[in-house]
Amino acid sequence: MSPTVKLLQGNEACVEGALAAGVKFFAGYPITPSTEIAELLAERLPLVGGRFMQMEDEIASMAAVIGASLTGTKAMTATSGPGFSLKQENLGFAIFTEIPCVVVNVMRGGPSTGLPTSPAQGDVMQARWGTHGDHPVIAVYPASVPEAYELTIKAFNLSEKYRTPVIMLMDEVVGHMREKVELPDVPQIPIEERPRPTVSKENYLPYDNNQGDVPPLANFGDGYHFHVTGLTHDQTGFPTSAPAKAKVLYERLHRKIENNLDDILMWETKDMEDAEIGVLAYGSTARSAARAVSLAREQGIKAGLMRPITIWPFPEKLITQYASQLKSLVVAEMNLGQYVNEVERAAQGQVPIKRVLQANGELIRPDTILQAIMEVK
Amino acid sequence: MMLAEKYLRDAMMPHMWCPGCGHGIILQAVIRAIDKAGLEHDKTVIVSGIGCSSRASGYMNFDTLHTTHGRALPFASGIKMANPDLNVIVLTGDGDALAIGGNHFIHACRRNIDITTVIFNNSIYGMTSGQYSPMTPVGQFATTSPYGNIDRNFDVCELAKSAGATYVARSTAYHAPSMPDLIVKAINNKGFSVVEAVGQCPTYYGRRNKLGSPVDMLNWQKEHAVNVAAAAHLTPEQLADKLIIGELHNSSAPEFTEKYDQLVARLQGRE
Amino acid sequence: MGRKFAVAINPKWCKKCGICAAFCPRQVFTHKAGHVPEITAEEKCIGCNQCEQRCPDFAVTVRGKNDESDS
Repeated sequence: MSPTVKLLQGNEACVEGALAAGVKFFAGYPITPSTEIAELLAERLPLVGGRFMQMEDEIASMAAVIGASLTGTKAMTATSGPGFSLKQENLGFAIFTEIPCVVVNVMRGGPSTGLPTSPAQGDVMQARWGTHGDHPVIAVYPASVPEAYELTIKAFNLSEKYRTPVIMLMDEVVGHMREKVELPDVPQIPIEERPRPTVSKENYLPYDNNQGDVPPLANFGDGYHFHVTGLTHDQTGFPTSAPAKAKVLYERLHRKIENNLDDILMWETKDMEDAEIGVLAYGSTARSAARAVSLAREQGIKAGLMRPITIWPFPEKLITQYASQLKSLVVAEMNLGQYVNEVERAAQGQVPIKRVLQANGELIRPDTILQAIMEVK
Repeated sequence: MMLAEKYLRDAMMPHMWCPGCGHGIILQAVIRAIDKAGLEHDKTVIVSGIGCSSRASGYMNFDTLHTTHGRALPFASGIKMANPDLNVIVLTGDGDALAIGGNHFIHACRRNIDITTVIFNNSIYGMTSGQYSPMTPVGQFATTSPYGNIDRNFDVCELAKSAGATYVARSTAYHAPSMPDLIVKAINNKGFSVVEAVGQCPTYYGRRNKLGSPVDMLNWQKEHAVNVAAAAHLTPEQLADKLIIGELHNSSAPEFTEKYDQLVARLQGRE
Repeated sequence: MGRKFAVAINPKWCKKCGICAAFCPRQVFTHKAGHVPEITAEEKCIGCNQCEQRCPDFAVTVRGKNDESDS
């Protein structure tokens, strides 16, 4: 059957992706510019036997999502900057207790109340380090409405497969922009489910160290009688302060992400084969960057685009792969310098970095990036 | 205790609470109530927050969730909403439920979601060594009220009732023999139920306020408790320093997950 | 003759607070501060179960003798 073609907002596409991935629970709190996700799921979830809850605040929304996921239900929430700040403690709980869920942050200008209806890319480092403590994280970042659909499915897949929350950062302009999206009757992307226990209930360990780096997760209500705590725990799930056991947990949490980068990392490149000037950008900024690269090529400048799609874990390989070939690397982002510092670290001095930074609630225009290319060519 | 074998995690015992702490007494009453109510073991989930009382979940041989400070109720709400077949019991403390978790508490009451909440009220933050809580009476001493507490305390039962909880009761650790029956009624109530269980913290509250031994503190509970029926004949002055115990409120209102189920049925044309 | 009861204290769980001894209406226990209470007059036990239900440590068990039931 041919797919349904719709003109959708990024926020709507995110909902379609979530439903395709099998979301059955959403808890949220109204906040611009992500509210359409909650509104649409309030309408759609009961139609597919799912459940929607508008909670009393952002903290409660994150908590309810984790609780729902523990019953074996695919669950998500959506928010924006101030709400993302409030969710951080429970987001850390989900990372540490390894409960799958998806958290969408449709970014606005910040800090504080900031610019609620303007685009900004200021939460990039918060997505990486917003919750306290030592932890890995997965964050994906669409640049278009069709990609918001696909990446929401992939965010659920990664979340289930690696038993971890997955953050999807989306620019306000992507969330609110309308583009053509093809919605297949059956998703083209295979749907992943979390690993389930295969041992007897008596022998089940929720953080089993002998089941690979992603131990199976039982559902509450299925008779496994297991304990989940935000305290540092051993493989039984019960608290421990023994350094040897703590080390095992922390290292496994990192390993399950770091050892699977080939599966987790996604990026797109354009015209990089012979590029001398690289332009690295993500989200909506990458669209301006792509235009700037085309304009540069028209003028005979060998420019190319590097667009991280998975922004965390950091795609070191994308940088190291091209660093030695480039004369200069332009990094453009809608903040006053966040991701660029990671790029600089990864480049290890092999290529000079040119910063195109802007935080005023406006998109970075292609000509601004083109100008930077001209300066370093 | 014979039920310990069935409902406690032997490997986690003895528990971490201080000698004479009221929390163990209250937890025993919870376990007796679960048994008496005949809750299906595999379909019962225990959720707690952070603090001394919230360690209770780790000792109980159920699916147990020890969450973040103040947030037990929204975690529990997510569980109940995602799978309404589960019996969800929240074990929380006075600071956890009513200070950092106060907003979640009133909204869970308002929603009348079918969760039973037992508040282990020891009038103090025990885990952090004795700061005053929203349940510390005025004039009492704590590490953060070294000159006597001037911060007014809640009557959590009145709060719960006003916010929409459909079953509200109070008991004390001294009244452990009758506490399980109140918790059974809370469990059987189809809606949000609150049982305030007044207990003693001999280590941080009792010592600083010169309240004597755990036995003395239990005797205080005995002497200051007035049954709700008897209280009806007393003046506000006579009740000023009393704890009214028993079933304080029992009403019926639509339960949240049932309302949602009805909505789903209507939308799917099954109604 | 009334029913007979067996009273037991689990010394591994008992934290020696003496609540069981203090509220026993028949002085079944003898408690010295800092020690696990001793059961010194089990024959006086009337099975009211207050000791067990007020034990903060799940350490006291009262059973009917020749009787399977708990409290």
